[in-house]
Amino acid sequence: MNYRVAFLTILRKEIYRFMRIWPQTLLPVAVTTSLYFLIFGRMMGERIGRMGGFNYIDFIVPGVVLMAVINNSYSNVVSSFYSTKFQHYIEELLVAPVPDWIILAGYVCGGVARGLAVGCVVTVISMLFSDVRIQHWPVALGVFVLTATLFSLAGFINAMFANSFDDISIVPNFVLTPLVYLGGVFFTVDMLPGVWRGVSLANPILYMINAFRYGFLGISDIPVLQAMAVASGFIVVLAGASLLLLRKGVGIKN
Amino acid sequence: MKALSLNQLRKTYNNGLVALKGIDLDVEEGDFFALLGPNGAGKSTTIGIVSSLVTKTSGTVRIFGHDLDKGREAAKQCIGLVPQEINFNQFETVLNILVNQAGYYGVPRRRALESSEECLRQLDLWDRRDGVSRRLSGGMKRRLMIARALVHKPRLLILDEPTAGVDIEIRRSMWEFLRKINREGTTIILTTHYLEEAESLCRNIAIINHGEIVENTRMASLLASLHSESFILDLAQPLETAPELEGYSLRLEGARTLEVDVPQGVGLNRLFEQLGAQGISVRSLRNKANRLEQMFVDLLDRPSPN
Repeated sequence: MNYRVAFLTILRKEIYRFMRIWPQTLLPVAVTTSLYFLIFGRMMGERIGRMGGFNYIDFIVPGVVLMAVINNSYSNVVSSFYSTKFQHYIEELLVAPVPDWIILAGYVCGGVARGLAVGCVVTVISMLFSDVRIQHWPVALGVFVLTATLFSLAGFINAMFANSFDDISIVPNFVLTPLVYLGGVFFTVDMLPGVWRGVSLANPILYMINAFRYGFLGISDIPVLQAMAVASGFIVVLAGASLLLLRKGVGIKN
Repeated sequence: MKALSLNQLRKTYNNGLVALKGIDLDVEEGDFFALLGPNGAGKSTTIGIVSSLVTKTSGTVRIFGHDLDKGREAAKQCIGLVPQEINFNQFETVLNILVNQAGYYGVPRRRALESSEECLRQLDLWDRRDGVSRRLSGGMKRRLMIARALVHKPRLLILDEPTAGVDIEIRRSMWEFLRKINREGTTIILTTHYLEEAESLCRNIAIINHGEIVENTRMASLLASLHSESFILDLAQPLETAPELEGYSLRLEGARTLEVDVPQGVGLNRLFEQLGAQGISVRSLRNKANRLEQMFVDLLDRPSPN
């Protein structure tokens, strides 16, 4: 069995899927983030002043880019894998001799690829509104890969348990969005009062956004290595859980 | 060599339903094998376990000698499955569905493209290769599922109701195709509700009911054990009562329709002689039911041992 071919087949299928429906997958994020930069950056940002030593629009760029990466990595995997269950073509994979870890790797890398595509689109748009430049490429890329992987895995687990299209929208709407908005995209945790600062530190997205901001601007509320360790820890746990669910066939086998 | 060997295969679903009660079944390499049974008998569960879509409760499954638990990849590599329900991506093109399926079996892309073309041409779908699968007709979708199951060149092809809802012309062309690939060496296991299909295609047969194998034999032996066959006679003139003939049981089903039971080994010549002697002329004759259908009903009517 040639694992490389099986992996590339899943990955190619996933990339083809989101590229084919680009008006649904790539275009909306371009419009939304343009509005963020226009309203929060240009129109309101000039009144807010400087944050963390930078113009407000420069300060929010890394968070807005990573927010798009998080949402799109998650939604790519959750919607794609749930569709395979809903239309029953998951059976194409289950009857074939593809190991569970290849299935997982294929879908997660598909989510990372969408995150990369969206991240590039948003970064290019941000350059139209701000002068921000990436200071630490390895950190920015490392945090991007860890974040996209983590949320692709989370999307995969959501899809495994989902029994309806409602089930795949609950987590993004009621868990992911609040965590992202409270994760320091638009503010620094130093602005929060004591209790809320403590609560924010329990939000894993805060660590990733700060580490990503370090990659862009060279500033972070959280030590970068600590943020990467937190993300890596979550990835190990979620990957283990995903493989266990696949082995047990939760939601995909009788 | 055995293409498939099931040993004490059991399945109890989470809701407590016992679908398989420890079945044993062997299918020889090169066979064209029918697995029949009424709805809910355990056919689809058996096929689901063999093709890894259903998790078994206990027992062993060996495919060409490979244990499905210990040699999972080698066992799966031997199987091609044509499921009962349409289960391909309705938004994907016909060619991509096949190429992707070959890829899942580790077939490199260039070879996958060649193999896909071969399968699509054989099943008259090559002209539709760039079309989206949801635009295919019902018969084409069935043929696409067969092409997909064959794209990695499996040694064992399992077809679960492959001709359900397909018109007779397409059904017969599919039969010809299946006969051809069986002659070329592919072992085939077929479940179907069209008993004529099983009788026409298969050499061996197992009948499953209430999660147990109630019959497992050669098709010819099974049909030979049939005690009698029923025929419908259309008469030239109307009758008021059924005639009494020696050696035959007759019933009048309408003024011009006579039903007759012909015992195994007794020809029809004597029947026509006796009818002629009574001045009854017959315009046409047909089987009341498919022979296997009669046998099938008889077997299912037997009380369950449990």
